[in-house]
Amino acid sequence: MSDIREQRPPLRRFHQARWDEPVIFELSREGQRGVLPPPLEPGIRQAVGDVLAGLPPGLRRARPPALPEIGQPQVLRHYVRLSQENLGADLNVDVGQGTCTMKYSPKVNDQLARSPRLAHLHPLQDEGTVQGILEIMYRFEQILKEISGLDRFSLQPAAGSAAIYTNVAIIRAYHTARGQAGQRDEIITTLFSHPSNAACARTAGFKVITLHPDADGYPDFDALRAAVSERTAGLMITNPEDTGIYNPRIAEFVDLVHQAGGVCAYDQANANGILGITRAREAGFDLCHFNLHKTFSTPHGCGGPGAGAVGATAEMARFLPVPLVAYDGQRYALDWDRPDSIGKMGPWYGNASVILKAYAWAMSLGAEGLRQVAEIAVLNNNYLLHKVLGIPGAAAPYAAGKRRIEQVRYSWQALAEETGVHSEELGLRAADYGVHYWTSHHPWVVPEPCTLEPTESYSKEELDEYAAILAHVAAEARSDPERVKSAPHNSTIHTVDHGPLDDPDQWAVTWRAYKRKVGRL
Amino acid sequence: MTRKELGLIVNPVAGIGGRVGLKGSDGAEIQRQARALGAEPHAGERAAEALERLRRVENLTVVTYPGEMGEDAVRAAGFEPVVIGDIEPGATTAADTQEAARRMHERGVDLLLFAGGDGTARDVYEAVGLEQPALGIPAGVKIHSAVYATHPRSAGELAVLYLQGQVASLREAEVMDIDEEAFRGGALQARLYGYLMVPYRSSLVQSQKVPSRGEAAAQAAIAEDVAGKMEPGVLYIVGPGTTTRAIAQELGLDKTLLGVDVVLDGELAARDANEADLLALLDRHAGREARIVVTPIGGQGYLLGRGNQQLSPRVIRRVGRDNIMVVSTPDKLHALGSQPLLVDTGEREVDEMLSGYLMVITGYNERAVRRVGADER
Repeated sequence: MSDIREQRPPLRRFHQARWDEPVIFELSREGQRGVLPPPLEPGIRQAVGDVLAGLPPGLRRARPPALPEIGQPQVLRHYVRLSQENLGADLNVDVGQGTCTMKYSPKVNDQLARSPRLAHLHPLQDEGTVQGILEIMYRFEQILKEISGLDRFSLQPAAGSAAIYTNVAIIRAYHTARGQAGQRDEIITTLFSHPSNAACARTAGFKVITLHPDADGYPDFDALRAAVSERTAGLMITNPEDTGIYNPRIAEFVDLVHQAGGVCAYDQANANGILGITRAREAGFDLCHFNLHKTFSTPHGCGGPGAGAVGATAEMARFLPVPLVAYDGQRYALDWDRPDSIGKMGPWYGNASVILKAYAWAMSLGAEGLRQVAEIAVLNNNYLLHKVLGIPGAAAPYAAGKRRIEQVRYSWQALAEETGVHSEELGLRAADYGVHYWTSHHPWVVPEPCTLEPTESYSKEELDEYAAILAHVAAEARSDPERVKSAPHNSTIHTVDHGPLDDPDQWAVTWRAYKRKVGRL
Repeated sequence: MTRKELGLIVNPVAGIGGRVGLKGSDGAEIQRQARALGAEPHAGERAAEALERLRRVENLTVVTYPGEMGEDAVRAAGFEPVVIGDIEPGATTAADTQEAARRMHERGVDLLLFAGGDGTARDVYEAVGLEQPALGIPAGVKIHSAVYATHPRSAGELAVLYLQGQVASLREAEVMDIDEEAFRGGALQARLYGYLMVPYRSSLVQSQKVPSRGEAAAQAAIAEDVAGKMEPGVLYIVGPGTTTRAIAQELGLDKTLLGVDVVLDGELAARDANEADLLALLDRHAGREARIVVTPIGGQGYLLGRGNQQLSPRVIRRVGRDNIMVVSTPDKLHALGSQPLLVDTGEREVDEMLSGYLMVITGYNERAVRRVGADER
């Protein structure tokens, strides 16, 4: 008998399921039911009467909602098939979605969140009956205070950009309180800070000034000097930037903006490379935020709701959203009496299940464990960097020769010029080997980009496999470019027509809109 | 699949002067001198390098001129071309390039590729103006024009994407040229001759999820910012370019594309003004504030001194550094990488005054900070 290991090719012979699965509305058949409730007993019917009679006419539907009618086993098969048509985080070596910090989300934390003791809570319950979740929120705030060095946290914003918007709202509230809101109408950011910073500042009505990298690829300090003035409201900055490059002069950036009277907000949505190593406090920041669904594993990317925790110094804490969780040594309470607060940034007091999972994750690691997360994430990233740069045609633009923190924005420009194969096409071909690969988000300034972030969750063998797939696909771009350009070959679907994405007349985010716009159903 | 037709013109003498240090190849005498110095033409090779990329386009017909003006390159790249026109081998001139471009445009080619330098781009512009999608394969000594791709292979790649419909939009790109005689004498004077419509691909990045209306939308946002915030009684001296023209359009004004126009209180106070006109206007309105609105040249980064020499050192001094408003779409800035915006006004002192950092208007309420300096390359 031969060794089974010798029979395997070097790369997996992956083939994704292809079900041609219809949209669930197409599966609907009149009269089918998933659940048949038992008929009402006459005694109950008599005692309760017509429960709907009290509904005002404005709340009544003239026709029942057009929901799919379908049996339980059909629903189960439908969603299992869809799940098989995905390259999900539980299935693939998910290092190709850089900036998103795709890490392992321990299943035990999901079980905790699904426990009826949390799932059955209601946000309108009396504080006295929800002391447990309030205690978890309070204790998690203490952990975030230690990690950041800042003095108070709000766990209310339900997404990363909601947290960034909270930061900009606090900056505005601070200047309003000092009578300078009209004068200070400029927010400074950098080109490779997460673009939500510029977007949120614009949404809040600020003018946005973007600093471009200097000749060495770092945020340009002299450009900041030219940008600050009595009109500066604040600095909203990511560090390390989305290129994985750490700005070593960050404290000087903060100092300069402070001297000009501005407020400094640190976008730490992804803090995976610096947990336990650097803190917002020591760099002088007034505000910061963490995405619990990135760094704190709760998880990210359509895997569940998000949470953006916003931290503030003692001076800025009065502007945080309401309510905050207070503790008097005996009892936990929701503190609504905060007259300078910017108000509510979301309903109730945050995504409780996400906060619970983040708390459980942090507690399972402890302080040393959290620091080790960062150390392994950075090691993994620099190991992968070394392997990718060994592939002909790959480069890591900016800060030449320097290492990166937790991710790298690579460029396949040399390979594309040589072969005519583009980064996105490399990614579609990589899908044939069962891994996800992504290019870049805004700003699209790195040519033929690819952003990889291996986090702490992947083993050396998994990183080797990912790098081997990239090397194979890049070599194939030279030997058989058509094979790459016509990929994927082993996936659920082949290529997607992106045309409709640019055409509002073809957008359909609901079945109703689809029927209206396509018009043949 | 629909048939596609590609036109190809090679300027066989493009670049011939460069290899032997003659700073350009315009004029029969220089070309003779270059050959005497042992120069070999290589524009055809560069065209073939670009064309090799196009072999994967199905149902493609390549239309070209005889022999050294394209036919040889097309065959070298493995195509059987449709050959039109007549030439005198070894003695082709600018008139041949113009005639070839005109005839290909009349045939209705989907895209016109041309291999050459700034002189060739001028000839193509003379022949087809803004009517014909075109793209340059860099092969000349002087490449100041933004109509050229960065490399023959990237020209081929962009042509493929355009012919396959994956890149649908076109932008107006600058046709620049310098006075070669002055250049050989050591002076560099670049003029803006016009614009060609070239396929536009955002920041070299292939992402089909990026809306293709990007460049025009960015120009409109800049125009809304600048036009909407114009102050009464202030002279706005608006330099050439499509970004600055969008500002005039926002005001409902018909701006010259290549000239410097002046806007005062929402009206055109001067069209296509030269240095003397501008100085006279500044004299007449002495005591009023004035601003200069300029956009860098695509691919070059020149802000002042190339294509807008009307904005002379004297004009710049009168207006003052703080009153220079730089406008640019984000993509145009990003394509420059980390190089500074360049100034070459002809007066060292003015260049030094302009150096440092300037705020660039990149959109509505959006700014970028960029370094300004002299060309150190």
